[in-house]
Amino acid sequence: MGKTLYQKVWDAHTVGTLGDGRTQLFIGTHLIHEVTSPQAFGMIRELGLTVKYPHRTFATIDHIVPTINQDAPADPLAAEMMAALRKNADDFGVTYFDLASGKQGVVHVVGPEQGITQPGSTIACGDSHTATHGAFGAIAFGIGTTNVRDVLATQTMAMESLKVRLIKVDGELKPGVYAKDVALDIIRRLGANGGIGYAYEYGGSTFKNFSMEERMTVCNMSIEGGARCGYVNPDDTTFDFLKGRPYAPGDAEWDNAVSRWRAFASDSDAHYDDIIQINAAEIEPTVTWGVSPDQGISISETIPDPAEAATEVLRNSYQEALDYMKLPGGTPIKGVPIDVAFIGSCTNGRLSDFREAARFLKGHTVAPGVQAIAVPGSQITAVQCEKEGLDKIFEEAGFEWRAAGCSMCLAMNPDKLVGDQVCASSSNRNFKGRQGSPLGRTILMSPVMVCAAAVRGVVSDAREVFEVGESDIAVA
Amino acid sequence: MALAKITSVSGTAVHVPGADIDTDRIIPARFMKCVTFDGLGEFAFYDVRFDPTSGERTDHPLNEERFNGANILLAGVNFGCGSSREHAPQSLNKYGFKSIIAESFAEIFFGNSTTLGMPCVTLTADQINHLREAVEADPATEITVDVEKLEVRSSAGHTFNCAIPDSARDALVNGRWDPIQELLDNEDKISSVGEALPYV
Repeated sequence: MGKTLYQKVWDAHTVGTLGDGRTQLFIGTHLIHEVTSPQAFGMIRELGLTVKYPHRTFATIDHIVPTINQDAPADPLAAEMMAALRKNADDFGVTYFDLASGKQGVVHVVGPEQGITQPGSTIACGDSHTATHGAFGAIAFGIGTTNVRDVLATQTMAMESLKVRLIKVDGELKPGVYAKDVALDIIRRLGANGGIGYAYEYGGSTFKNFSMEERMTVCNMSIEGGARCGYVNPDDTTFDFLKGRPYAPGDAEWDNAVSRWRAFASDSDAHYDDIIQINAAEIEPTVTWGVSPDQGISISETIPDPAEAATEVLRNSYQEALDYMKLPGGTPIKGVPIDVAFIGSCTNGRLSDFREAARFLKGHTVAPGVQAIAVPGSQITAVQCEKEGLDKIFEEAGFEWRAAGCSMCLAMNPDKLVGDQVCASSSNRNFKGRQGSPLGRTILMSPVMVCAAAVRGVVSDAREVFEVGESDIAVA
Repeated sequence: MALAKITSVSGTAVHVPGADIDTDRIIPARFMKCVTFDGLGEFAFYDVRFDPTSGERTDHPLNEERFNGANILLAGVNFGCGSSREHAPQSLNKYGFKSIIAESFAEIFFGNSTTLGMPCVTLTADQINHLREAVEADPATEITVDVEKLEVRSSAGHTFNCAIPDSARDALVNGRWDPIQELLDNEDKISSVGEALPYV
């Protein structure tokens, strides 16, 4: 019986078994940011400890960074967090991709961009979207702050091993259907808690043909389906992406690294605890209607009617979601008015997202009354987009082109909804209040669907708005 | 520093309804602009405890005087999902909760809670419903989460078998729920694993 990538990586990083039965797992790469690290640095100082592997610890600043005047937050608390990260990185000799470096960005964009994220490695970060790095065949976990302390001090953490579920998606996506739709579709099928206890391996021909950026989008949202990590087996697409990046192995070591990485891929006779099969051609452009990422429907469907829910629990949860969203059950999602359109985040804030969105947006105008913002996931992404003139396309259409950061995904910076505004968002969570207003409403969708909603002022089918045809298969 | 052996938690309880209660709901992101966890208790469930428009107290169970002092939280499915923010269990803990009973927990939240010494145990929806009815009929109903015996008991006469992963139970009852010392003790083994990894 062969092994999965998960098992191989786990075995290679196992330090031993702790008294309570958990594994002490070596974390090869530790990514930190300003929100969940200051308390951890406080703890190691209090305990008289230090950072064990500063050269394997990488910091950047993303959550609280304003996307206008990045280095001048008006909020003194944000300024304090910025100063704390700078000091901690200095004091302990941690590499810090600061605002002035030109390399700052959302931590899950920066790691891959720098070539820090590598196949067969373990990665931890005090952020639940760390699974993003699994796109490279890494086992990457979101962790809490006390775990951050553990990894800083020992480069290890206590972990319970997970089961592995293979999610196999085969075939070609229809034009106008994107990796984001695959993620939302999987979560819709398996539920927001379906992945508890599992690592997700994403396989099948659809993933084989995906670019690294598309793989990152799906791995990113593993946690929205309850799975703590998700990964794709490394292949030539992975290696091509990494070659030449600052922290990737150099020419002299390259061939060895590739053969080592290749060997981490799951064996063809590997055992899986569960297997799910999905036909890519059945996936439609998907949007959420409620307050949990599993409350999604295809753009042509109607919002569920609580009266038709199968169980009382489901009925109550539908009703609660619809009350919050102020949407009537049993009516089409298409046509729901929006106030804000947001493209960005660790889910959909990469070059290919802006390229694809701009390709369709060009020549269109944002509807009156809609505030539309485009926020590159990193300073490098911003420069790449600007070189290609994408910023101009967004601006000419009526979008604001902003500087890199988490922006409106999570409301820890000035980009927030106001009152009960509705946001068509390329981010990852539609929780109550997620985008900064306790009454704000989020509808998750792909970046191209966000453009369609921005142009029409209502939730729309991008395939109709932009006359997407057979020749418009996503180019990444 | 020796950690307390957490074999059981007793006290009164309050039920917070709903499935998939995420950590943004438990502690809205704007309260995470801080460099310590001090003072997070007062912001637990803030946006559902206070009307966002008027600022008035809502009818959220945590606002009901009869549940003041409750130290056990009763919840539904997938409690603590979403963001990995440890600020969530920290705020509940500082608010006064010492144990949580739910149908299921999101994993990161569960791990963060265990590391704080706050046992999270699961019961079935029916069993939680019985406890909810008991505490709503009489908020003074005392509930015991017995981590050692894997039982939840109430002064209203309930005894239910509860579940918690073996490793968490072991860590709590043996006073090793914060693993830092044990992790540090294996320094030699850590170094040898690190040396065997070409990318480290």
